[in-house]
Amino acid sequence: MIGIEHYIVVSSILFVLGVLGIFMNRKNIIVVLMAIELILLAVNINLVAFSAFLGDLTGQVFAMFVLTVAAGEAAIGLAILVIYFRSRGTIAVDDANRMKG
Amino acid sequence: MQVFAFYLFAVLMIASAVLVVMARNPVHSVLWLILAFFNAAGLMVLVGAEFIAMLLVIVYVGAVAVLFLFVVMMLNIDFSTLRSGFMKNAPLGVAIALILLAELVFGIGAWRAGGLDLGQPLGDAATMAGVSNTKAIGALLYSRYLFLFETAGIILLVAMIGAIVLTHREKRASRGQQNISRQVNRRPQDATVMRQPTVGEGVEL
Repeated sequence: MIGIEHYIVVSSILFVLGVLGIFMNRKNIIVVLMAIELILLAVNINLVAFSAFLGDLTGQVFAMFVLTVAAGEAAIGLAILVIYFRSRGTIAVDDANRMKG
Repeated sequence: MQVFAFYLFAVLMIASAVLVVMARNPVHSVLWLILAFFNAAGLMVLVGAEFIAMLLVIVYVGAVAVLFLFVVMMLNIDFSTLRSGFMKNAPLGVAIALILLAELVFGIGAWRAGGLDLGQPLGDAATMAGVSNTKAIGALLYSRYLFLFETAGIILLVAMIGAIVLTHREKRASRGQQNISRQVNRRPQDATVMRQPTVGEGVEL
């Protein structure tokens, strides 16, 4: 039988991979957003696993809210990316500190 | 059988997460991300959380991943220049990832050794026997978490309006485009004025 520690280990590895993705692809903001989605997925797996093994449904309800925030974050992030690309012609975020209108 | 399914889903999910991070082409990254989401949904089905698993497939694969795919394919981006710092950033990234992983392993080890307490569920949101997962979540969501549920709806509404406002492009006025309703509503008495100038004085505009 699979115990909860297996789920914790899997979600830890997924979380660390997401953090690694943010650092490795610092220029490519699309992959950075995907890495953030991976991190939120790891959090969701953890919430659902604890919810199931403790026999309490609150974790699954909160996983739903995390899902909501992830969807909104992806939409806003990609919208910002689109207008950034329109004004610059590139999505390299090395020089994104020039936030003048 | 369940152990086999767990390891299958877990290994596939970790492998596809690695490929999301490492893939050269962001389109491939999105496709690996979809595979990772499917395997995560499988992991959630294994512990009996069918509703969240199906939600994951619908929301992530159906909406978020397709949105990523649209944006990646819509923007004409030269991806080779974006990867130039990949190997330069690798040592720092790997170092931070290893430190984080070590901390998490220490935490899990402390829990296995009995140094941490997981806590006990309160009991009033306990999994009901004989009721399906979806029905139990619905009963909880529409009673105790009703306001949080509505707040989630407001968050989605704000995100939708924000995305539309950000990407909406105003038509440029300098091009001289027509305003049909203004043309149709233009009346003679607004546009012309009758004057009766006396001879030799002219008209004051």
